[in-house]
Amino acid sequence: MRSETNSRAVDATLFDWPASDPALKASRCLECGALAFPAGTNCRNCGAIAVTQERLPRRGRLWAWTIQRFMPKAPYRSLETLATFTPYGVGYVELPGALCIESRLTENDPRKLRIGMELELVIYPQWLEEDGTAVMSFAFKPV
Amino acid sequence: MRVAIVGIGIHKFGRTPELSGVQQGACAARSALEDAGSRWQDMQFGYGGSYSAGNADALGNELGLTGIPFTNVLNGCATGGSALLAGCREIQSGAADLGLVVGFDKHDRGAFNASPAEYGLGAWYGEVGMMVTTQFFAMKLQRYMHQYDISVDTLARVAQKAYENGALNPNAWRRTPLGLEEIKSSPMVNDPLTKYMFCSPAEGAVALVLCREDHAHRYTRKPVFVSAAVMRTRLAGAFEVYGPTVSVTQVPNATELASRAAFEMAGLGPRDIDVVQLQDTECGAEIMHMAENGFCAHGDQEHLLHDGQTRLDGRLPINTDGGCLANGEPIGASGLRQIHENVLQLRGAAGRHQVPREINTAYTHVYGAPGVSAVTILQK
Repeated sequence: MRSETNSRAVDATLFDWPASDPALKASRCLECGALAFPAGTNCRNCGAIAVTQERLPRRGRLWAWTIQRFMPKAPYRSLETLATFTPYGVGYVELPGALCIESRLTENDPRKLRIGMELELVIYPQWLEEDGTAVMSFAFKPV
Repeated sequence: MRVAIVGIGIHKFGRTPELSGVQQGACAARSALEDAGSRWQDMQFGYGGSYSAGNADALGNELGLTGIPFTNVLNGCATGGSALLAGCREIQSGAADLGLVVGFDKHDRGAFNASPAEYGLGAWYGEVGMMVTTQFFAMKLQRYMHQYDISVDTLARVAQKAYENGALNPNAWRRTPLGLEEIKSSPMVNDPLTKYMFCSPAEGAVALVLCREDHAHRYTRKPVFVSAAVMRTRLAGAFEVYGPTVSVTQVPNATELASRAAFEMAGLGPRDIDVVQLQDTECGAEIMHMAENGFCAHGDQEHLLHDGQTRLDGRLPINTDGGCLANGEPIGASGLRQIHENVLQLRGAAGRHQVPREINTAYTHVYGAPGVSAVTILQK
């Protein structure tokens, strides 16, 4: 993981960064209790504007998955070109008692992915900016 | 009062480099007007849309600028269904007796690249590589196959049937039948879906002439009536395209909401339907949509497809014109293509892809980003 001075989160609402123990951040509606990720300033279920923030569990189980085998068009950003593109795993991860979160997976071998397997949150660099700043995003990794 | 469809027109799907999307829309509109024995100057309203090929009211430049109210519809895969629904309401309200609905499109090659901001999502969602529709369909299918024991052979059977039906349809794009092995061994795109299991963005156009039920015989000897036209959007927590989360408790999706409402509106059930057009963005979508629309129990698709029950001569023919798999996906046109096909089937005029028995009731379903679905039920 990169030092604190030359990295930033791809979106500051997703997780605290830099952090020694990063977790995804959700919002919970104070009226209907619905949980939402990414955290919002209102509830996506009932529309109430009274919400509070909470940290989501760092571990969960694979709920659905695929391998992205072609390089997405813009707005996709990465360190790759069409020639160097490496397929990546994408899935939904069920965080117990919370939500299923769509996320990149660190594993891209379909033989090593199965629904129900245990995964944990990691923060990784998605691309580098011109000044060298690493733009960090979240993924889930087999435990 | 029901609304009658008294004219239908289509511009061939696929690639037509010499015509713009609007020009293809005009071709479809002229055919629909001719089919109804009426003129553009007789139309009292227009509703229509495209996703990538401009405003539908630009059709006025092709057909004539007549001063009528023409409303542009931009509603993703539900564009055609929403245009039809609006046209039906226009007539049912008594505001008009006769009008045109139209959908057309012309997309670039390759997967769609939507803008996160247009869907109310942060830029990060696209930047990290999750704003990809094919991923959604693959993940939903991967889970479905795991839950209900659907095999890869069953996926391939959907594509095999689509290209077989496409070969019989002169307006389809993909008209070469493919074998199961060829479909299964084509390059993997998003596991478990291979290249020939997906539809591709394409071009095409469809138009319909609508009128009051009691005026239908002025325009045609074989009117088709709209018994239900419904459009629904997603609920919080449902598993839908471009959804960063799904609830841990099951929430009905937009398709299930639209389907239930349509059957209720028509006073019919799935067993009353003779022919079905379902959103088949990829093979798994057709399989999952069979159950979500009430045509079978989850998991029964495995034996229904093995037994050929969804082929033209089966008990429940599905995507009789080849669906999106054989026609491609021009977003603005696909929903009306399904209706065009069902009108042909109800008239007994589908030629080589006609279902070989009496057709009285026909069903259409579209589904797309960000969780929209439109369903229609048509009857003779």
